[in-house]
Amino acid sequence: MRLLPAFRSRDLVCQQAVELVTDYLEGTLSRSARRRFEAHLAGCSHCTEYLAQMRETIGLTGRLAPEDLSPQMRDEFVELYRRWKSEQQ
Amino acid sequence: MESDGELLLRLRSGDERAFVSLVQRYHEPMLRLAVSFVPSRAVAEEVVQDTWLAVLRGLQGFEGRSTLKTWLFRILVNQARTTGTRESRTVPIADPEPAVDPSRFDASGGWADPPEHWIEAAEGRMEAGKLADRIRAWMDELPARQREVVILRDVEEMSSEEVCAVLAITDVNQRVLLHRGRSRLRQMFEDEFREVR
Repeated sequence: MRLLPAFRSRDLVCQQAVELVTDYLEGTLSRSARRRFEAHLAGCSHCTEYLAQMRETIGLTGRLAPEDLSPQMRDEFVELYRRWKSEQQ
Repeated sequence: MESDGELLLRLRSGDERAFVSLVQRYHEPMLRLAVSFVPSRAVAEEVVQDTWLAVLRGLQGFEGRSTLKTWLFRILVNQARTTGTRESRTVPIADPEPAVDPSRFDASGGWADPPEHWIEAAEGRMEAGKLADRIRAWMDELPARQREVVILRDVEEMSSEEVCAVLAITDVNQRVLLHRGRSRLRQMFEDEFREVR
């Protein structure tokens, strides 16, 4: 990736900010990096929206419930359990 | 919902229904994970079957030093690795994979084509029960290693430490994969709701 001109200065640009979102949410940014990230967000509604969307992505993914087992699979697992159980005795 | 710990107690006392509940809870995510290690769905199904048998056999010896969930997924990944053919587990982090298509930024790195709003629309469709299947399909489209991390972190809500232990990857690797996987998913949401407009 080519270095963006602003990379050398202290201010983040949007293209850099989006790459820091996961580190930010994971709490793995250094204190100074976190301050720079938050300072950028404070002045950038698009990146604020972007961060909200990443949070929403995580939230929606976390709401996936496992699909129900089919009755046939249920029976198969009961069968597996009983076979194992009988081997125990 | 009953906790994994409660299920474990019932399982150890020989409760068949507790086993079925555990399978109901983890069979599908295990299958999704197994698929990324082995060549076909049929093989993945065998791996998961073998895993359940190994779980039953190991149950009395499980000491609770990790959570039940972590223990289950570790057995799965070990079974899948033994069966699967994929060799390298390290991610070529040097390969750039930008979170957002670089063409959406201007020359100075600011947004030229800013993110479109989709949160409310997605919430609406999720509540109507019409989004979960799409999200599952999107996860299947992620590169295997990103999918593994996203399933464990964001669907199963394991900690980064647990995920590193289950997949035997470093913390840095885990974070890179998580970042790429989540970034791709975010883009899929945006694309989905852009089409609807």
